[in-house]
Amino acid sequence: MADRDPILSDRFGTEESWTLPVAERLGAYKQARSALTGMPPEKVLEEVKAANIRGRGGAGFPAGVKWGFLPKDREVTYLVINADEGEPGTFKDRQIMEKDPHRLIEGCIIAMHAIRAHVTYIYVRCELVTSIRRLEAAIEDARKKGYLGKRPFGVDFEMDVHVHPGAGAYICGEETALLNSLEGKRGEPRLKPPFPAVIGAFGQPTIVNNVETIAAVPDVIDRGGKAWSDISLLPESFRDGGTRLYGVSGHVKNPGVFEAPVGITLRDLIYDLGGGMLHDDRPLKGVIPGGSSTPVIHPDHKVNAPKDDDPMHPWHGMSHLDVPMGVDTMRNIGTMLGTCCAIVMDSSVNMTEAARNLMKFYAHESCGQCTPCREGSGWLVDVLDQIASGKGTRADVDMLVDISNNMMGNTICALADGTAMPMLGFIRKYPEDFYSAVEQGMGENERLDAAVRRSLYAEAAE
Amino acid sequence: MSFSLSTNHDQVVDELIARYPTKMAACIPVLHLCQEQEGWVSPDIIQFVADRLDMSTSQVKGVVTFYTMYHQEKVAPNVVWVCRTLSCDLRGAKTIQEHLERRLGCGVGGTSRDGKVTLLKAECLAACGNAPMIQLNDEFHEHLDIAKLDRVLDELGVAPMPAELRTAPPVSSPSSAATAADQSEEE
Repeated sequence: MADRDPILSDRFGTEESWTLPVAERLGAYKQARSALTGMPPEKVLEEVKAANIRGRGGAGFPAGVKWGFLPKDREVTYLVINADEGEPGTFKDRQIMEKDPHRLIEGCIIAMHAIRAHVTYIYVRCELVTSIRRLEAAIEDARKKGYLGKRPFGVDFEMDVHVHPGAGAYICGEETALLNSLEGKRGEPRLKPPFPAVIGAFGQPTIVNNVETIAAVPDVIDRGGKAWSDISLLPESFRDGGTRLYGVSGHVKNPGVFEAPVGITLRDLIYDLGGGMLHDDRPLKGVIPGGSSTPVIHPDHKVNAPKDDDPMHPWHGMSHLDVPMGVDTMRNIGTMLGTCCAIVMDSSVNMTEAARNLMKFYAHESCGQCTPCREGSGWLVDVLDQIASGKGTRADVDMLVDISNNMMGNTICALADGTAMPMLGFIRKYPEDFYSAVEQGMGENERLDAAVRRSLYAEAAE
Repeated sequence: MSFSLSTNHDQVVDELIARYPTKMAACIPVLHLCQEQEGWVSPDIIQFVADRLDMSTSQVKGVVTFYTMYHQEKVAPNVVWVCRTLSCDLRGAKTIQEHLERRLGCGVGGTSRDGKVTLLKAECLAACGNAPMIQLNDEFHEHLDIAKLDRVLDELGVAPMPAELRTAPPVSSPSSAATAADQSEEE
């Protein structure tokens, strides 16, 4: 994979990059100035559409299309930034907020101009204390400079940005739950339609975008939508453009967040950016490609697209690890791109235990509003606990499938699907792990940290 | 005994209310402010927030019980959240939790022998690349190992591990169980 200059993360490495003088010396707010003073809102929207930014929060919906859903005759519009980063395995938005909050604020300014919003709420989970502090300081500095306020950049269109803290609930990353939480309510998702673009925050048309999506907007204005889109390595027909932040965690030598064009492969992410497997004698067993709700990928499984007209045909017969990562390419191999933050698991991992870890998470985080999700996620944990304790039967594995199938599509929001899909993925890809756990139990020592336990004591032992 | 905010904090409430088109929208940040002052969300705080934001107490209580970061019972002056979600667990979070439990002398949900620290389990804290990690009050401590964790606890003034609980470092192979030995892990 060729080295490329960073775009979105080009200020991350500079000392004090989160302060206004440093960010501005490195180019911050130039694009906001030129957009507000020289580009009509329609032109900004046109560029964002041409950029083919697929939403970076996980769903992959094109940002420009979403902006286009706002009703024409609206009076008040809100922009809400989803910074409730909490999808297990995902830690990219935090990088932007901690290292370059001004890029996010600049993106908000340009987006507010495009959608004619006067106020942005950045909904940050309250655990990210450094993110909140740096964002609040950055907003204050931007106000003092006149980039926010009554007349940003001298333009007669009032704009302000506020940070709204969460209070610890994964579900508030779901956009309608987030809006309820913003309004001071329990974070229970709303039925859709109406979609937030029509009835969102405080009953008004609202655009909810992910941090990274909005942070990309200044670069889109800088380069032009088409040129930014063309950074992607995917064929143009996929309409999945630009550059993005990839995360990699788990059993790799060099976990972290890296910027690369859309369309690098999981193999690039694990063995190049991630530095390869943590222990050379423990090969890759599976990888969760984009946050815990995306079904696991088995490195031995291959793309099956023999027909010429299949969009996946170019990768026919290749390992799933060698498919370029995009919203549609990953969907076509039975998983999802999600947040593009991979969790890598080596041969020490029993997938029953990995599934049990994640299902406990979902059971804890289900908001309880819909019965299939509230009960189903709890039952999944109970059945997995039974299997782990050595008291399971083969019928219990079928029961996991049955429960999952009864959760999918039967609830208000996608949390149930995001629970059931990875559960089914684990069973489909690694049935032997479940059946051996049923037959032999997992024992006290089937721990997820088996591969690293000793090294945690290394320094103490020296 | 009724609750009231300090004058400084009370001004912040007015600023918060001004940010939103409805008073109720300030509920979550105002609850944070109250908890910051009091250490937990007491029934008096629920009454106070309801009065201040023109909400019913049941609405405020509904919010408090929905979100995990509001302490509905008194906690120690320090709170340790240990992340146990998959990325951290793959890199040793269970070992970190076990060490915390032994040194603090309490399980998850409990408070240490000396009353200084409450131990809680967190779900993913967006630090997966720096696993394993804990959140101590407002701060993340990442890339942990046992020695680093012990230094964090030392700084907090937590008593060292009782001698009878010190065990040998575990072996990495899952097939051979870690056995307690006389060796101290700090050696």
